[in-house]
Amino acid sequence: MSKYVIIGNSTGAIGCVEGIRSVDKSGEITLIASEPHHTYSRPLISYLLCGKTDEQRMKYRSDSFYKDNKVRKMLGKTVVSVDNNAKKVLLADGKEVPYEKLMIATGSVPFVPPMDGLDKVKKRFSFMTLDDAHKLEKAITPQSKVLIVGAGLIGLKCAEGINDKVKSITVVDLADRILPSILDYEGSAVVRRHIESKGVKFYLSDSVKTFEKNKAALVSGAEIDFDILVLAVGVRPCVTLISDIGGKVNRGIVTDDKCRTSLKDIYAAGDCTESHDVSSNTNKVMALLPNAYMQGETAGINMAGGNAHYDNAIPMNAIGFFGLHIITAGTYEGESYTSTADGNYKKLFYKSNRLKGYIMIGDIKRAGIYTSLIKKRTPLCSIDFELIKEKPQLMAFSRKARKEFLAK
Amino acid sequence: MKRIYVDEKWCLGCHLCEYYCAFANSGKDDMAKALKNVKINPRIQIEEKDGISFAVSCRHCEEPLCVKGCITGALSVVDGVIQIDSDKCVGCYTCVLSCPYGAIMPSESDDGVVQKCELCLKNSHGKPACVEGCPNRAIIYEEKE
Repeated sequence: MSKYVIIGNSTGAIGCVEGIRSVDKSGEITLIASEPHHTYSRPLISYLLCGKTDEQRMKYRSDSFYKDNKVRKMLGKTVVSVDNNAKKVLLADGKEVPYEKLMIATGSVPFVPPMDGLDKVKKRFSFMTLDDAHKLEKAITPQSKVLIVGAGLIGLKCAEGINDKVKSITVVDLADRILPSILDYEGSAVVRRHIESKGVKFYLSDSVKTFEKNKAALVSGAEIDFDILVLAVGVRPCVTLISDIGGKVNRGIVTDDKCRTSLKDIYAAGDCTESHDVSSNTNKVMALLPNAYMQGETAGINMAGGNAHYDNAIPMNAIGFFGLHIITAGTYEGESYTSTADGNYKKLFYKSNRLKGYIMIGDIKRAGIYTSLIKKRTPLCSIDFELIKEKPQLMAFSRKARKEFLAK
Repeated sequence: MKRIYVDEKWCLGCHLCEYYCAFANSGKDDMAKALKNVKINPRIQIEEKDGISFAVSCRHCEEPLCVKGCITGALSVVDGVIQIDSDKCVGCYTCVLSCPYGAIMPSESDDGVVQKCELCLKNSHGKPACVEGCPNRAIIYEEKE
């Protein structure tokens, strides 16, 4: 009997191991994951393709991580079901692993909507995992004409990763702007111009009507020749282990602020879950690496008998394309303040005496001061809002708050 | 553990801490050579306005949001000190997004990896140069409770 069983081997799972070990130094941990690899950072696959990291450096934790943390790892093994009455998980190879406390950190998988003629396309890829990256890398040549469906974070990071290695990249998205999940219209236009200047072509407010083997006909009537297709339309949380046994699931697995699912002794973390966004006061899937870690760690502490809460999650992203950096956080509602000084773009959103969200493009220095205002729901009347609008700075806080920050 | 504490009451706004920081992390052994005609990008930075000034550098938080959010595992806590492995960092700036004090920042290097105060433990100085260089003891390095 393993005291703790963790399904998954990415951020949420690793956070869970570290959370458990901060309380319980010796209870047996078994970690089971479908991918055979040492834990690695998924967002780094685009950096791998453009040569900014390698497989050794993209390991999320050191080579001795499992040994140091006394984790029994079962990699390359897939869990097909959970029996929450008998408290055991069943693997595809027929083995069973009993648990006392279970962590579900199964992440998400690419979502591929039905598209006419898709099966005629032979060189078709997703861009989520290390294996995806290797397959794509093998397929591309300097003559490749790449079509990417999806102008979100995954599609555009893929474009950046391979841009120097292929002949052309065309990106198609149904949305009227790129990165619609994190940028407003104006901010999106700034980033789009920058990416276009690197040779990437966009077809927005458009979608593929039919695929031929090497040609896509768009709804607008445009036709695109390609030989490599990357599908980056979206992702779907892997929830079936929980939904199959009657656990509460909306879009993601429902979790509370202790990262418990609705089922006894089963916890969940990361991209497979939904949790509470304090900036919009709604529950949603926040598939972000820092959230996954915090959820995993919180769950781990609670699984080991500690008492932790994760109750200040917000959507937030730090990402860059071809040297242009973007940091965003929170919810874009209420009044706004926009600054476009020195070629940068910044927008703050505020409502009811609180900072709700922000977008910074270009100059991203000290952005975390804004993030903190959102997470802590700091009343704007308690700081010098005019100063903080100008730039993130501790000078905008009261002398007492600064003493708290710097002298204690 | 020993931490850096800043008392704005004693800060003269002289910016010497910034120069000592830049020198200590320059890898050079001559201050003039290290700093002459160089636009410094120190890991401790002064904020000043209307006669108030104070230095800001990494607080080495007990709850290190930068470390927990780091997408590569480049940031870690070693004996209470938050350290950056520049080899692993890809310059995504999730830590910049996360730090409530604005105390972690892009470095001048071409690949844009981040830099932060590591209490001079990794450079040849061996102990915080900003503290030694502060002429008015506005920056101190000590153990509190």
